Amino acid sequence: MNVEDIVTGIEKGNRRALARAITYVENEYPEGKEIMKKIYHRTGNAHVIGITGFPGVGKSTTVSKLIQKFREKGKKVGVVAVDPGSPFTGGALLGDRLRMEGYDVSKNLWVDPGVFFRSMSSRGKAGGLAAKTGDVTRLLDAFGFDVIIVETVGAGQSEVDIVEVADTTIVVMMPEMGDEIQINKAGILEIGDIYVVNKADLGGAEKTVKWLKSMIMMDQEAVDILSKTSHADEARVESGEIFERMKKGKDWIPPVVVTVADKGEGIGELVSSIEEHFEYLKNTGKLVERRVRRLSREVFDLIMDEIRQILARNDRIDFRNHIERVVKGEIDPHSTAEDIVEELLRLGCR
Amino acid sequence: MDRKIRVLVAKVGLDGHDRGAKVVARFLRDAGFEVIYTGLHRTPEEVAMAAVQEDVDVVGISLHSGAHLTLVPKVMKYIEEFGGDLNELVVIVGGIVPADDIDKLKEMGVDEVFIPGTPIEKIIDYIKARVPEKKRTGEKV
Repeated sequence: MNVEDIVTGIEKGNRRALARAITYVENEYPEGKEIMKKIYHRTGNAHVIGITGFPGVGKSTTVSKLIQKFREKGKKVGVVAVDPGSPFTGGALLGDRLRMEGYDVSKNLWVDPGVFFRSMSSRGKAGGLAAKTGDVTRLLDAFGFDVIIVETVGAGQSEVDIVEVADTTIVVMMPEMGDEIQINKAGILEIGDIYVVNKADLGGAEKTVKWLKSMIMMDQEAVDILSKTSHADEARVESGEIFERMKKGKDWIPPVVVTVADKGEGIGELVSSIEEHFEYLKNTGKLVERRVRRLSREVFDLIMDEIRQILARNDRIDFRNHIERVVKGEIDPHSTAEDIVEELLRLGCR
Repeated sequence: MDRKIRVLVAKVGLDGHDRGAKVVARFLRDAGFEVIYTGLHRTPEEVAMAAVQEDVDVVGISLHSGAHLTLVPKVMKYIEEFGGDLNELVVIVGGIVPADDIDKLKEMGVDEVFIPGTPIEKIIDYIKARVPEKKRTGEKV
């Protein structure tokens, strides 16, 4: 399939065209870039939801239940599920799809035309996503999915790339996953718009909820609100009264939702929170704000790629000679880099 | 840039024996392929739809139930129905398949059949050689 076939295919709702476009983009074919340029005007309508969390907390199961709920509401759902790829062999075992619900003919997500599920390997990249997850999300958006769910690899503590892709980030946890210090470490627990305590039937969920809520309230903005309330004593914090009061403030206080995903418990509440968050983003202008921030970064990264490529194909700069001088100690690496950039700018781009 | 070879490893029908499929999936991963595993008891429609959405190069169907002559052609029929192109796809069957049936499956368009005891290297080498032969229109592997 060529670029034209694929672009018209995507416009007409052809699944194979979409699947092939993802392959081109993921493998960084020049055709992939052409497709991305041609479909961009169709994007920007979907709500991109990120699901992250430690391995084994139930991300894939939660995703399956979310797809089902959104389908019941008549929304079309695209899914990108990222699993780790080996940095050694380049191979990957992508197993997120197998949690998706089948069997029940009336709502078999595997064959539902309103669902498109794509597994992606991280291909050795750190950060929790694959390099091209953002572009794949955009392809699904152009295809016309209302909701796009992005599932990260089982994240450790610092896989936070999901915030560069998702409008709403959900961090899934389970009971007994560590004490307050774990929860207060930097990284994954700073990025949630919604927190989920899954597998609540294991017991100990209340404690995890309490810790999460206390962590959320330590946010600077939350502290500001708290400092304006008199007698913010612990009992009232624990009773949830102050939490409720903070929610009424102008800013978003990440809710903590308790679920038992494999039984479907709490999923309705989770979907309500997701929808509330999207409304909040739209009503406060934060959606635009987030997208500006994200696109600025994306364009900046693309500029860097372009410069890298210009440098790679430029034969007027004697790169080797520069390096030889550094090796001989005639000049240091920092000054050399500055010299090369100056030379590059003088020569122009092409 | 080289495209990564993607393989769907599928269990179809009422067949609970997935040890073989899991072992193959693991070895294919170690050989550098991207392997999508479907889990047990998938219907032919489910496997076909997964093959299309995941844009795989290879569909590997594992069967130990004896229903291969019924289920494998169904998977292939649905792949075409869902917009896939069998000319671009390598279809492999693995499991307990009697010698007579191997020919029948190949007549139906299955590329190769691997029975228990096949060395894993043979499967890996076969995929590496066969995928580029199934030239996808407008691209080189």
